[in-house]
Amino acid sequence: MEQKTLISSRRKKWRVDRITWFDYFNVISAALLSFTFIIPFLIVIGSSLLGYEESVSRGSIYVLFPQSPDFICYKILLGHGSAVYRGYLITILRLVIGTTLNLLFTGTMAYGLSKRSLPGKGILTTIVFFTMLFSGGLIPSFLLYQLLGISNTFWVMILPVLINPWWMFIMRNFFREIPDSIEESALIDGASPLRIFFSIIVPLSAASFATIGMFYAVMHWNSWFDAAIHITNPKLQPVQVLMRNVVLTATSTDLNNEIMAGIAKKPPSNALKSAMIVVSTLPILVVYPFIQKYFVKGMVVGSIKG
Amino acid sequence: MAEKSLLLPKKGRKWSAFKRHIPYYLLILPGLIWFIIFRYLPMYGVSFAFKDVAPFEPVQDMLKAPSVGFRHFKTFINSYYFKILMKNTLEISLLRLAFGFPLPLIFALMLNELRNVRYKKVVQTISYLPHFISWVVVAGLVTMMVTTDGGVINNILKAMGRKEIYFLGDVRYFRSVLIISGIWKELGWNTIIYLAAITGIDTQLYEAAIVDGCGRFRRAIHITLPGIANIIIILLIFSIGGLLNAGFEQIMLLYSPPVYDVADIIDTYVYRKGIIEMNYSFSTAVGLFKSAIAMVLIVLANVTAKLFGREGLW
Repeated sequence: MEQKTLISSRRKKWRVDRITWFDYFNVISAALLSFTFIIPFLIVIGSSLLGYEESVSRGSIYVLFPQSPDFICYKILLGHGSAVYRGYLITILRLVIGTTLNLLFTGTMAYGLSKRSLPGKGILTTIVFFTMLFSGGLIPSFLLYQLLGISNTFWVMILPVLINPWWMFIMRNFFREIPDSIEESALIDGASPLRIFFSIIVPLSAASFATIGMFYAVMHWNSWFDAAIHITNPKLQPVQVLMRNVVLTATSTDLNNEIMAGIAKKPPSNALKSAMIVVSTLPILVVYPFIQKYFVKGMVVGSIKG
Repeated sequence: MAEKSLLLPKKGRKWSAFKRHIPYYLLILPGLIWFIIFRYLPMYGVSFAFKDVAPFEPVQDMLKAPSVGFRHFKTFINSYYFKILMKNTLEISLLRLAFGFPLPLIFALMLNELRNVRYKKVVQTISYLPHFISWVVVAGLVTMMVTTDGGVINNILKAMGRKEIYFLGDVRYFRSVLIISGIWKELGWNTIIYLAAITGIDTQLYEAAIVDGCGRFRRAIHITLPGIANIIIILLIFSIGGLLNAGFEQIMLLYSPPVYDVADIIDTYVYRKGIIEMNYSFSTAVGLFKSAIAMVLIVLANVTAKLFGREGLW
């Protein structure tokens, strides 16, 4: 309701202003700017369709429109025996298992800390908060993971990032919005706080779990550095690390030996790199228009009350 | 239940409050244990900075190694790299701040002046896109744009009859690539806070200004900008608090030995010394040096924010 009156009063504000050169300038610059955000993705798609013939006639290039689109790179990357599938499997496992555990640990801790009457709340909050100011750093963590025996395992991508303190505090603030009366009536009915959490609080705060879950999911999807330094086994590398190897270090030979061996006219490396970017970015390009509003909401909530 | 506890002596009341909250402590416990293992144990591990530990040794033995005091810190501060690293870290951060800070503000003001709400939404959504992409992808896209191996910009230069430029390997251009790609990635996203703050401004102020005959430009300068001044100052203060974070992931992916002179920052040096050269003690010392200064900067930022009468982080 409030939103509506705000917009209509904004509209009123526009009605008094005549359209000036500034409006044209503004609309056009916004369009140009949007264009610069999209064009690299279009070029990468165009370049992924370059084939052997075109690389011979035009040399090494990146283009928006290939003259004769060739899907050979996708046959290599998505064909039988491609390393991309294993990378994707690791990424998806990481995302699903990781986000589930993230929400479990973050949610329970946030709920406990959301109780204003909790004795020792201040000390607990300080313990969490201090980790946002100071950290042991790269090497002590690196050695700790070796000590715990999680180096070079799948779990090194999950356990060290279980709770993001910032997001935990955002979640705690979400929980504080829930009226106490709901919990009190359940308590009187004899439900334990644990049961209240799982059967009343979680369903009630589905929206905030979705928001924070999305934060964690995108974090897992985009992470590469932890896997790159703590995992040496190539079979455990997520798709981001695979992509880094292909795109930035030009080690594209091991992607799909089975199919590569059978191709006489190999596609240019630029095309293969581009196709690798497309294959590993497409999922997020498809979902981001739908998830971005959750991020915006979470961002605004987080910034207003930290 | 509450009435009963009021009848008890003070100590008993505390105890009963604690007892009543036991289930909540149980909910907090897994998270607390996690923080102790994964955040506080590494803090204990900074003791490596004051020892001499050999790689491939069991970590338990490393902890027993004799102390060498501040030797690694002295070595670092007296080394040839110290000045270069500090200079690069601060210069890159300040450049990011100088260009990356005002642009989202300007973009937010421009978005706010778009008349068509639908069009504005579309532009916003598109501008958020790069934020959701990993640095690996962005580095790939940057390489595609600037490489000498068929890169888009060099193709244009060639078509114009100009010489190719080796952007990623030339000390004169490397930092521009960093700053511009960094802005490209976060420009749209960084407008969110400003736009949220703008919607919080009382519309009556605008109406009064219109009655007084204020044009659109003057309303933006005299109402919108002061209305979000709080947020601007807070963001500025806290970006100064993060001055030692010059963009580790991005630089890691894009830099190479020819540009170390302008691109090597404390974080990348810690990584090379520690993970690549396995010089654990020295690398931990350099990392600790950075974390300690960074903490002081954040605390100072918070104090400054409070001096300005704003709400700090804590």
